[in-house]
Amino acid sequence: MNEPKLPLKERMKIDRQGMPEQDAVQRSGNFLEVNLGFTEKIALLEAQRCIQCKEPKCVQGCPVMVNIPRFLEFVVDGNLPDAARSLFGDNALPTVTGRVCPQETQCEAQCVRGIKGKPVAIGYLERFVADWARANRGVVKIEPRAATGKKVAIVGGGPAGLTAAGELVKLGHEVTVYEALHKPGGVLVYGIPEFRLPKLIVEEEVERLEQAGVKIENNVVIGRTYTLPELRAQFDAVFIANGAGLPVFMNVPGENLKGVYSANEYLTRVNLMEAYALDSDTPILRARRVAVVGGGNVAMDAVRTAKRLGAERAMLVYRRSRAEMPARVEEVHHADAEGVDFENLVAPLEVIGNDRKWVTGLKCQRMELGEPDASGRRSPKPMPGSEFVLECDAVVVAIGTRANPLLTATCPDLKLNRWGNIEADAAGMTSIPGIFAGGDIVRGAATVILAMGDGKRSAQAIDTYLMGE
Amino acid sequence: MHLVTAKVQLSPNVTRLDLEARRIAEIRQPGQFVIVRLGNGAERIPLTIADADPARGTIALVIQAVGKSTRDLVALEVGESILDISGPLGHPTEMIPAGRAICVGGGVGTAVVHPIAHGLHQRGVEVISIIGGRSREWVIFEQELRRCGEVIVCTDDGSYGRKGFVTDATREVLEAGGVDIVYAVGPVPMMRAVANLTRPFGVHTIVSLNPVMVDGTGMCGGCRVDIGGHTKFACVDGPEFDGHLVDFDLLAERLGTYREFEQQASAVHTACEAGNCRIGLVRPDQPSPAQL
Repeated sequence: MNEPKLPLKERMKIDRQGMPEQDAVQRSGNFLEVNLGFTEKIALLEAQRCIQCKEPKCVQGCPVMVNIPRFLEFVVDGNLPDAARSLFGDNALPTVTGRVCPQETQCEAQCVRGIKGKPVAIGYLERFVADWARANRGVVKIEPRAATGKKVAIVGGGPAGLTAAGELVKLGHEVTVYEALHKPGGVLVYGIPEFRLPKLIVEEEVERLEQAGVKIENNVVIGRTYTLPELRAQFDAVFIANGAGLPVFMNVPGENLKGVYSANEYLTRVNLMEAYALDSDTPILRARRVAVVGGGNVAMDAVRTAKRLGAERAMLVYRRSRAEMPARVEEVHHADAEGVDFENLVAPLEVIGNDRKWVTGLKCQRMELGEPDASGRRSPKPMPGSEFVLECDAVVVAIGTRANPLLTATCPDLKLNRWGNIEADAAGMTSIPGIFAGGDIVRGAATVILAMGDGKRSAQAIDTYLMGE
Repeated sequence: MHLVTAKVQLSPNVTRLDLEARRIAEIRQPGQFVIVRLGNGAERIPLTIADADPARGTIALVIQAVGKSTRDLVALEVGESILDISGPLGHPTEMIPAGRAICVGGGVGTAVVHPIAHGLHQRGVEVISIIGGRSREWVIFEQELRRCGEVIVCTDDGSYGRKGFVTDATREVLEAGGVDIVYAVGPVPMMRAVANLTRPFGVHTIVSLNPVMVDGTGMCGGCRVDIGGHTKFACVDGPEFDGHLVDFDLLAERLGTYREFEQQASAVHTACEAGNCRIGLVRPDQPSPAQL
């Protein structure tokens, strides 16, 4: 590793390296991870594409402000231990974000190499360094500050909660995470499929937190097992990160027929309950033709899961065109390669069933794109007389989630917005002193990395609250 | 881990397990349920809390062995444990402050009616429990309910109590008048029959629904029920609803989603052992993998 570093001019000549992946036909029949990860050789080559900007824009594009040029330069130096320490110092869960972040709209969107060519593959490199640290346990250690004697409760063991837990334990606080399900990880374990984020990775991250002193209590539903005021009375501060757990349905006739799932239910059965394995006690419909409604990452996860469960036709029904899909570009490409049928510019009108109340089809109408709406995307308009029936045996509704009122209903003092999300300031402080909130319960359904950013910021704010300025 | 501290077989396929679950035992209220998961690989299933002993920190679950998961649960012996219990979930029973109530229990539902009757009795409400089963050996929780008021036992074959259905006895009590509310918990056809019976009397009727659930916190929506034309989630909006508004047909059909798979599952298991392992569960109204 003592070779001289490439001069800038040479660095500019290197092409962006592709991610080695499992063959599309093969992978559409299994639940193993699609992306295989960079080798050290590829990583070294790709890392050299970073030209070490003096004012790196990529860092501004990152919700947790990872010092990207710094860890990449360590990779170029062949100094992976320091690359890992640098990365983990900024980001609590890089093994996760390196796999699920929408880099193309964040760090990589800002990369100067992207102006005339392709941006540095920051996400792939993040994953490479994080995976190296997994394989070399002990290199990155959480070294807590002296114990402060302050106790913090975290509601929800998802990305926001786990990130906050990691930060707070580092700061010397006593942290307890209350998880409603039987396993921590939140959307990382119930939502995102094994083929995109192996569950073992989440388990290892949780283990690392536990080794650092974080206590995790599963099967505790705040709002039922304990109310929020009860929790507040027992702890010096509380961070609410219970997510946007309530699935939104289409509100069309036939939606309660057998074979209609929310994406939450479909994915929870397959991921958390491991229904993809035939020896799991949790059943899942292995339908021949599955229509998944939506165009986001959750819809992609559901439709690719349907394919892997053996669907002959796995269809994605989306009311706009492919260009407007909010899903990560890579997921759309992967779904396409795996043989997913894209039914774009199609909106469902009704779920059709037989006399035994089983789904037999989805009545739809074709759409065309009109003027841009508030989101900046061209809004779909129905085409009169274009109704048709998409034959299917299962429908998965993946059009979003809302705030779950289970917890907030037990605490009327907590200020909510009109959608039921908790109101919090930039630091995550709610209307009740000492109670902070972040992630989807504040933002509405967003991304893993934004939730993690909230966890990180709120942890700092909680520390300030507890320790004084 | 939740230790089994007591086990009693109540009827040929109904077993009572008392389990350590201190917090839940302390705070649970009538009508609430828990989600249990026996161990790794096991299903999450909802079970209504039949009784609790806050001093000993135990809750009682009454389980009818109908599928693999419930069979596995009732196979547990004292000293063994359940890995996960989450709760108490759902809204507590809507109780009247005073007056006269009928509590109708059918089969395993009788165990669910018990905490309701007990709660009402404690408030000073006059409780008439009407419980039933196919024959004498299927009648459960009679002694516990007698502590809450009058009990009328009905058996289909007349082997114990009076011969006939719980609805027959319920009708007689309603006709005598003075009933302020009816609570009915049992199989779907029974709850439907009770709701149909009370409707012309104009007596408010509460039923406890037990649809398919996964998380029990409102996350999956698998427990969707139709209440007066509106979709509700039984886990967070219920599990008890106005029986006059429940779409029982839909409930019965949705409950059957996986019941039919249970039967297929054993067939698939056999096929797997024969080395044909890539097939999974298909919908019961479609050709089986072997036929494709």
